[in-house]
Amino acid sequence: MDGIHDLGGTNGFGTVPHRINSLTYKPVFHEPWEHLAYGLLFLGADRLRTFNVDELRHAIERMEPRQYLAAPYYDRIVVGTASLYVEKGVLTQAELEELAGGAFPLARPQTEGRAAGSPRPHFEVGDEVVVTREFVRGHTRMPKYVRGKRGTIVHRTSVEWPFPDAAGHGREARRQPTYHVSFDARDLWGETAEVSAVVVDLWEGYLEKADE
Amino acid sequence: MAHDSHPTAAPIARRAQALKDALDRKKLIPDGFIEDFTKLMEVDWDPANGARVVARAWVDPAYRELLLRDGTAACEQFGYTGPQGEYIVALENTPTLQNVIVCTLCSCTAWPVLGLPPDWYKSFEYRSRVVREARTVLREMGLDLPESVAIKVWDTTAETRFMVLPFRPAATEGWSEEKLASIVTKDVLIGVARPIVPT
Repeated sequence: MDGIHDLGGTNGFGTVPHRINSLTYKPVFHEPWEHLAYGLLFLGADRLRTFNVDELRHAIERMEPRQYLAAPYYDRIVVGTASLYVEKGVLTQAELEELAGGAFPLARPQTEGRAAGSPRPHFEVGDEVVVTREFVRGHTRMPKYVRGKRGTIVHRTSVEWPFPDAAGHGREARRQPTYHVSFDARDLWGETAEVSAVVVDLWEGYLEKADE
Repeated sequence: MAHDSHPTAAPIARRAQALKDALDRKKLIPDGFIEDFTKLMEVDWDPANGARVVARAWVDPAYRELLLRDGTAACEQFGYTGPQGEYIVALENTPTLQNVIVCTLCSCTAWPVLGLPPDWYKSFEYRSRVVREARTVLREMGLDLPESVAIKVWDTTAETRFMVLPFRPAATEGWSEEKLASIVTKDVLIGVARPIVPT
């Protein structure tokens, strides 16, 4: 979805809040509740198998945009995780609000998602490809800054993964390899580009062979 | 500002605890599950792991070749496996190429070798800007690269997890692997810094 989370290339944000090598990164968590975010996420995704990580990513994308922007990172994980436990019928929003002693806003409703296309021959390293010009309302892992852009394949994964546009909606998802596709940064950002290339990891279903 | 579809939420500390308590009430949290997972996050997944991989690649050409061909297998030799480390690809820097890692859509990172992603890596500033104006972003963060160094940014949009293999600085001849690993920081493994030899 062309959501608030799809931030690559968005203008207007300021300085990254960090000076290199200034942190020891210990302790890992700064607030006593933060470890619960990933802990309860992996309980649902890995142990209970209530949902998968694609669904979690999509639940976070479905947060109301103002809530998404205002919430710290682990808050978003908690909201996404809680939303899925509620949507899957494990918990209710009412019991969460009773225990929290106040409002517990969850993600906005789920849409249908889409199935992966039919299998087709794989691409090879060196192939020129074009990212499909598709405007997907549900979950997708194709950032909009490469939509319709031409690039070159530099790697095909030796492992295949569930197509996220289906898996992110809890649907049966055919597995596909992904490709590291290198884009000339000028094709993405014009002459103002400050990088030589951007490489994006894209599922096979997002790509078409480029015209010669 | 209040908004109809966006009621003021209870504080996040209370909401996180409420989620845990609700699951606990239904006896869905196995004994020790949260504690064990927290130990993985706080102790086991550490950038020192990635640093050991880099140091080995610097002293052992066969290992370096393996790391660049099959990063997952190379990391497995140290036991660095697990969630978000199932398919690792190492990106080789040269004196004229700097690789930089980002996840513009969320926060994907190679947990077992880099540790959990730092706050700045997950910031909207980094996610929005680095794919477009990396040279300025790196300069603001303290890495001023000359124009002769090209920057390649890798967006972690699927299941591959990247780590940067920096080039070994001059003036480290004869160093032990342990000493070499000490100059490979989390920021170096993400690609926003280069190893610095203390003077």
